[in-house]
Amino acid sequence: MSINIATGADQGITVNRFTETAIVRRKKLAEFFARGVFLLMTLLMIVPLILIVGYLFYKAAPILSFDFIFSNPARGMRAGGIWAALLGTIYLVVISLVIAAPIGVMAAVYLNEYAKDNWFTRIINLAVVNLAGVPSIVHALFGLGAFVLFAGMGRSILAASLTLAIMTLPVIIASTKEALGAVPAAFREACWNVGATRWQTIRGIVLPNSVSGILTGIILQVSRAAGETAPIMFTGAVFYKAIEEGNVFAYGLLDQCMALSMHLFTISTQVPGVPEALPFGTAVVLLGTVLLVNAVAIVLRVYLRSRKRW
Amino acid sequence: MSNKMQFSIETKDLNLWYADFQALKNVTVNIKDGLITSLIGPSGCGKTTLLRCFNRVNERYGYVTTTGEIKILDKNIYDEDVSLPELRKAVGMVFQRPNPLPISVYENVVFGLRIHSKNRELSKAKSDEIVEKALTEVRLWDDLKDKLKTKATTLQLEQQQKLCIARLLPLKPQVILMDEPCSALDSEATLAVEELMRSLAGSYTIVIVTHNMAQARRVSDECIFMLLGEIMEHDRTQTIFLTPQNPKTADYIEGRYG
Ligand SMILES: Nc1ncnc2c1ncn2[C@@H]1O[C@H](COP(=O)(O)OP(=O)(O)OP(=O)(O)O)[C@@H](O)[C@H]1O
Ligand SMILES: [Mg+2]
Repeated sequence: MSINIATGADQGITVNRFTETAIVRRKKLAEFFARGVFLLMTLLMIVPLILIVGYLFYKAAPILSFDFIFSNPARGMRAGGIWAALLGTIYLVVISLVIAAPIGVMAAVYLNEYAKDNWFTRIINLAVVNLAGVPSIVHALFGLGAFVLFAGMGRSILAASLTLAIMTLPVIIASTKEALGAVPAAFREACWNVGATRWQTIRGIVLPNSVSGILTGIILQVSRAAGETAPIMFTGAVFYKAIEEGNVFAYGLLDQCMALSMHLFTISTQVPGVPEALPFGTAVVLLGTVLLVNAVAIVLRVYLRSRKRW
Repeated sequence: MSNKMQFSIETKDLNLWYADFQALKNVTVNIKDGLITSLIGPSGCGKTTLLRCFNRVNERYGYVTTTGEIKILDKNIYDEDVSLPELRKAVGMVFQRPNPLPISVYENVVFGLRIHSKNRELSKAKSDEIVEKALTEVRLWDDLKDKLKTKATTLQLEQQQKLCIARLLPLKPQVILMDEPCSALDSEATLAVEELMRSLAGSYTIVIVTHNMAQARRVSDECIFMLLGEIMEHDRTQTIFLTPQNPKTADYIEGRYG
């Protein structure tokens, strides 16, 4: 009976079952188009990226040098380097990360591994998702009110870092939860069934198997913290501040600082007569800093993988 | 045999609700020590639920309510002083889909021991010995002795399932619960695992859930037939299959429903 249905006689198109029919031709066409569109989109994404980076380097080339990195801006920001801004950005990113990453990861572990599914947990989860979507200018205002004024830190590296930490925290929690959730439940059951406690399960199996995803989420926040202008402008970054050149400990926690993102904004829009290469050089250094952090994270990831016992 | 050790698991008037759905109704059953007992019945009759009561995994869902008594080795496992990690150490579980941990074969076998011993307490020589003993017991040693460092999740399914059984043994469990342990395996692997179960019987009390009547007949000493959360019949396997007392048992065994 089934044979009858499948033969060409009933379909009325062709007698041989294995030749191309109109339907197959249509499917092939659709396949061809789908593939083409996706390829096109990939190229559309990659081409601007290459153009941007290429253009940046091309414009920045005349100024990029050892001196540019290690000397302070000079002559009303129209000459000199970006040392004070580079060091400021590094301080802000590192301190905010040192605060946000451990808190975020531990909170995510609690929410994903320990918390019972009740109204309290659901409210927290909802809050995390919504906080992740709050615009950075709102965080800036909060930082100004909470850290600079209320806590009395004044406009300082500490206040700005805390503001950046508050801004990145919900996203780190969300991405870490995602990474933890991707660890198969069967692994956890296997652990519980030999009598492992939750903590033993988390340390022995869950974290080692999600560390890549967790780190990726954190790295993305590094780039975000390094690039934001509004939150630090309100809470601790200044237009100009000279520091000792080449001394990596030149800033104190309660000092104000320069930052690459804000410096870029200043010399591009606020100061007339800046040589064209200067903002481009600044942008290249900002990009380089972020890439460097990413590279460190990748090395860390490889190292953690190799330490796993198998 | 002393009366005290005759039964490994005894339940009395066990009722279990998922929210307001009652999945187990007045289950009173005594499972004999050192035998293989099979648990059969149509889909959704509560076999898995009953099995999961024996190591209190059901409680992970917040909405589960249990009443009644479960005694394992004469100890009520719902007593205040029962520690869940210790209980689960004594009552091991094997799942439908083999679930080795994503670490080496060697580490899978000693995983349980590491969890239950203090840091560095387990010497290399000791753990080597334990791994060899456990893998020999589940008949994997010859196949895997040169592959102890491979990742367990890359093994064949049959080897994975045997490894999951081997993983329980170093903890010296008294009871091993198996929930359809062969349903992901082909017929040859199924026979191999059944053979393994027979060789473990006697040293361990084994409770196995199965949908395969032939398997229940082949491996189990006693058989329990469940229907809609209730125990319909519990007897020696031969008796259940040849002269069932309850007409519903006969219907199920002969494939009239299920
Ligand atoms: N986590 C749960 N939450 C709510 N209801 C559940 C849950 N687990 C099982 N049930 C219900 O309890 C009843 C018994 O389920 P159980 O899984 O114990 O059946 P089973 O006999 O193992 O079936 P199968 O042969 O299909 O594995 C079913 O009606 C099922 O829908
Ligand atoms: Mg089941």
